[in-house]
Amino acid sequence: MGKKIIIDPVTRVEGHGKVTVHLDDNNKVIDAKLHVVEFRGFEKFVQGHPYWEAPMLLQRICGICFVSHHLCGAKVLDDMIGVGYSTGKHITVSAEKLRRLGHYAQQLQSHVTAYFYLIVPEMLFGMNAPPEQRNVLGLLEANPEMVKRVVALRKWGQEVIKAVLGKKMHGISSVPGGVNQNLSVEARDRLLNGEEGLISMDEVIDYAQDGLKLFYDFHKKNREEVDSFAEFEALNLSLVDEKGNVDYYHGKMRIVDNDKNIVEEFDYHEYLDFFSEGTEEWSYMKFPFLKRLGREKGSVRVGPLGRLNVTKAYTTPLAQEALERFHHYTKGKSNNKTLHTNWARAIEILHSAELIKELLNDVDLQKDSLILMPPKTDWTGEGIGVVEAPRGTLLHHYKANKEGNITFANLVVATTQNNTVMNRTVRSVADKYLNGNDIITEGMMNAIEVGIRAYDPCLSCATHAVGQMPLVVTIFDANGNKIDEQIKN
Amino acid sequence: MNSVIITIDGKKIKTTKGETLVDVANKNGIYIPTLCYMKDKPCLGTCRVCSVKVNDYLISSCTVPVADGMVVEVENDKEGADMRKALIELLFVEGNHNCPSCEKSGRCELQAVGYETNMMVSRFPYRFPVNERDYASDNIWLERDRCIFCQRCVEFIKDKETNQKIFSISNRGSKSRIEIDIDLADKMSLEQVAEAADMCPVGCIINKNQGFNKAIGKRKFEIETVRERALNTQKNSKTT
Repeated sequence: MGKKIIIDPVTRVEGHGKVTVHLDDNNKVIDAKLHVVEFRGFEKFVQGHPYWEAPMLLQRICGICFVSHHLCGAKVLDDMIGVGYSTGKHITVSAEKLRRLGHYAQQLQSHVTAYFYLIVPEMLFGMNAPPEQRNVLGLLEANPEMVKRVVALRKWGQEVIKAVLGKKMHGISSVPGGVNQNLSVEARDRLLNGEEGLISMDEVIDYAQDGLKLFYDFHKKNREEVDSFAEFEALNLSLVDEKGNVDYYHGKMRIVDNDKNIVEEFDYHEYLDFFSEGTEEWSYMKFPFLKRLGREKGSVRVGPLGRLNVTKAYTTPLAQEALERFHHYTKGKSNNKTLHTNWARAIEILHSAELIKELLNDVDLQKDSLILMPPKTDWTGEGIGVVEAPRGTLLHHYKANKEGNITFANLVVATTQNNTVMNRTVRSVADKYLNGNDIITEGMMNAIEVGIRAYDPCLSCATHAVGQMPLVVTIFDANGNKIDEQIKN
Repeated sequence: MNSVIITIDGKKIKTTKGETLVDVANKNGIYIPTLCYMKDKPCLGTCRVCSVKVNDYLISSCTVPVADGMVVEVENDKEGADMRKALIELLFVEGNHNCPSCEKSGRCELQAVGYETNMMVSRFPYRFPVNERDYASDNIWLERDRCIFCQRCVEFIKDKETNQKIFSISNRGSKSRIEIDIDLADKMSLEQVAEAADMCPVGCIINKNQGFNKAIGKRKFEIETVRERALNTQKNSKTT
């Protein structure tokens, strides 16, 4: 008689998800799925609000990547009032740089949270370590100095966010046509030089390099397991600038294949011409795919691994050096090793830190030209905004009537883009770790979670949902009867 | 004889006969929360949030002229303080006051008074009224379900040419509804629109041309609490 394993909730991810694995009578994996079982409905209840409230309201989807949602919404508003990219116009240089500063800071603190708190425990203790050990408290016991540095790094990132957006969480700086304040010289100097209880910019870069070294050490010791863990081909998507390099704030959408050939490249305002979304009755999270290639072949990978596969170079020296090593490892081909997402994430922490340093030394941040207010005749009433959020490409699309009342909102978030590849990861890990085993251990099920965590999925964002954050693994037999279930809160 | 002596919270205060009680209290460092009251404007007496005990009777302090021998209890009267807090709670549950996405946050008097009275959560069930908005005007966005019927806009914002009211209240009781005359509203100057939005103690009258123009930390009640503003306004008017 076959089995069905349920992992519910999947832990150390943002949001509520569960995994089911179906086994046949010989304990061979027949099917494995990641289900996202929460629902929120932000797209609906923003309707009827004034258009300028949308980025303030919709950023509340997430407590981690709220700046991305805020900026994505702000880009939509720029389009709506007639100064966005869709209109061929542009907000002021200072406004864009201030938005970028907040964006990079959020990427830094979000990646630091995911990397050190959610992922490093397995890197240090292994997937079979007892659950009591593989968490942040275990890290604190094993390496208190590292945890202190992580706390300091996150704090610094949040202080940058506060300096730009007014609050560490759910602040407000972007308004239609620009931003509502610049960065004072005092705030800039505090972030560059640090103070008691706040590290300096140079220390941030040092700590970021330490984080990367941590991956190198882990990789050196576990090369075979890391490289073969859930390795499969997928298309890679990222926003790119004119040179084809990642641009976290703005650019064209570029999709490359395993040989890094460009499969599609288009202005993100044309997203709906290229992408469609599939649905499944077993998950609230949709499955976006390229229409031309269909549901399976047309699904894409976004986030750190996708971005590093698409980008050719960085403009900052330390991150560029790390990127070259990353690209060299797969000899110019796309990197399809799921756990290398953590490598890519560590490189992006360093890249964000270097980008922030460049911006903090830019005098444009102290200038007063912050908002463009076009005439009402420029009103378009519709806009699309896309940014590269920490977890990948994020899209907001709103429409409003001529009085400014929002009538439509659509969000396509990074975790949703990754839905198909995450499910492939779950299947791949289940095949490797569960296949043919009579006894399913905690470590085997944790391997599935490790695969999911590599994407740092935000299931709350993906379903735009309110709820708790637990994971469930369930085992069903060949007749669909539940045999075993492990629930983690 | 214009000079009178009253007692507030056991403190003897010499003041001028006929002055409004809320002003006298604030001038002497005793804060009484208000929502509809605006200094130097005719008293409205609609919100009752400034109710205090005067000679053992609860009465709105913005409607009471001081008289010799008056005994007033504000902070000493715990029951009265709780009643003022309850009134704030009732206003919160009656409308859709969603501070996180409301641009009035940080400059909203209801929110500020809520903080000042230490309101953490309402003891009353939320009414969740159906969202009702009037966004037809060029410059004003009216969030009807946030209106607390203070009538500031009704009484103090008028058409400059005809002196006609731009805002009004239709129906009665629980069916009351704030209305806006779109033709007159569209004649308002941007300064008058800004004045109306600023005068509204909640996020009901929103200036369409404003957005979230004030950065967090620089908004009215983030620079100065509603208590400090009330006491300082009186202190300044005393010196001048």
